[in-house]
Amino acid sequence: MIVADRKPLEEILDMIKECNKILLVGCKGCVTVCNVGGAKEVGILAASLKIARKKDGNPIEIDEKTLERQCDPEYVEQIRDIFDQYDAVLSMACGVGPQFLSEAYPSQTFYPALDTKFFGGAVQHGIWEERCAGCGTCVIHHYDGLCPIARCSKSLQHGPCGGSADGKCEIAKDVECIWDKIVKKKMEQGRLEDLRTIRAPKDWQTARDGGPRKSIREELVQ
Amino acid sequence: MSNNGLKSGSNLEKVLRAGHFAFTGECGPPKGANVEHLKEKYEHLRGMVDAVNVTDNQTAVVRMSSAAASALMAADGIEPNFQMVCRDRNRLAMMADVLGVYSLGVRNMLCLSGDHQKFGNHPQAKNVYDIDSMQLIAMVKKMRDEGKFLNEEEIDEPPKMFIGAAANPFADPYEFRVYRLANKIDAGADFIQTQCIYNMPRFRDFMKKAVDMGLTERTYILAGVTPMKSARMAQYMAKMVPGMDVPEELIERLKGAGKGKQSEEGIKFAIEQIEEFKEMEGIAGVHLMAIEWEHKVPEIAERANVLPRPQID
Repeated sequence: MIVADRKPLEEILDMIKECNKILLVGCKGCVTVCNVGGAKEVGILAASLKIARKKDGNPIEIDEKTLERQCDPEYVEQIRDIFDQYDAVLSMACGVGPQFLSEAYPSQTFYPALDTKFFGGAVQHGIWEERCAGCGTCVIHHYDGLCPIARCSKSLQHGPCGGSADGKCEIAKDVECIWDKIVKKKMEQGRLEDLRTIRAPKDWQTARDGGPRKSIREELVQ
Repeated sequence: MSNNGLKSGSNLEKVLRAGHFAFTGECGPPKGANVEHLKEKYEHLRGMVDAVNVTDNQTAVVRMSSAAASALMAADGIEPNFQMVCRDRNRLAMMADVLGVYSLGVRNMLCLSGDHQKFGNHPQAKNVYDIDSMQLIAMVKKMRDEGKFLNEEEIDEPPKMFIGAAANPFADPYEFRVYRLANKIDAGADFIQTQCIYNMPRFRDFMKKAVDMGLTERTYILAGVTPMKSARMAQYMAKMVPGMDVPEELIERLKGAGKGKQSEEGIKFAIEQIEEFKEMEGIAGVHLMAIEWEHKVPEIAERANVLPRPQID
């Protein structure tokens, strides 16, 4: 899923400082699953903003709405009747949400309440980790299901670099060296030869480096 | 192959090919455009070493480019070993710089991944890593031997570089390190300069493995030596520098030397190391990294009996 963090309250308050009435829109997709932008978090943020503004002597009115998904024009339509009743709309979706909303309602102003971070999953309750860099050409089978493109700080295809120590990455003690894991797994399973190959430089055209990307499924296009 | 079978014709290559024990040095470019400062540093190395490594934004701190500093050095009659890291440039810039420095007289280069920018003075920077050090080695070899860019287009006048790579026998997982060295040799490394060595037992074991695998028949390995200036420096390196293995005994030895005598003790240890490397099977030379201590290189070279440096036409 797409994992995001909520922006600091001060930053959000600053964004909407000129507004007296806003719509706060959540999303039931990824950000609900990672507990940052679903109906519950929409409620918490609305309450926090109202308290802060009231304390400031400048109360704000906030309506709440959580869409099935903000990355789908069909569901984005769910605010067609109300979108213009507000000074602005604050989106609690990933970075896709406020963009789809802006495209559907060009006359309204949309603000992001979240910082979108990565593609990953929960490794334990409350902790999510990056697993995929969306490079567009999956190579994890070369590395026993452990992606060095997303998980090595240098995206090395031939690691580990000289900074790997005790299974940790040189950049910080709390960052695992994924190459340490890859090598150990190969060695334990007697497949070290897999790592004796020099791989060609990666073709980054399928990644963001090739420009904004599009996926067209001909059979679905009407 | 023309040029007497030499790949690049660099002085370093000639010294190694002739079977001499090579001795290389290192010079970090200045944090500015101060050419006099650069000159002051490398003049200490003139005649003392076979080539001088020119670091590339080392520890991810921005400095005068290794390309420009290497070219300045080459023009002034000192042979540079141009270092290039994968952190700051994509493949276009890298190939362009290889051609550029070659056209300015550079004949050796060292291909490195580079420290992550998080350590440096611009941690906000985007990290590139379009290719990694293994692919950089292979790319420069392709440019030299096939006369082609990565995309298979012909190069008008290929850069004949003597290709170097680094090896760190002290990083983890240890068991894999010799295989990673083997990969670098397969990729095309003509010579290897190791990370600073302090843990001699571990290095002896690493070299035995390399010799047993036949790797030292296929490349020249230069053992990395950095003299410790003080026990404090040793403690700092042990704790703060990634991939550095500084045994407690060495720290104790430096402390034991007493105030004012620690730097002499550090030099003594470095000289003992060099003497051992001269005899060690598979070692073709020493790479002396006297960090911000270039003026000590003549004394160390003298006391290590590596002077005069061989002159080969």
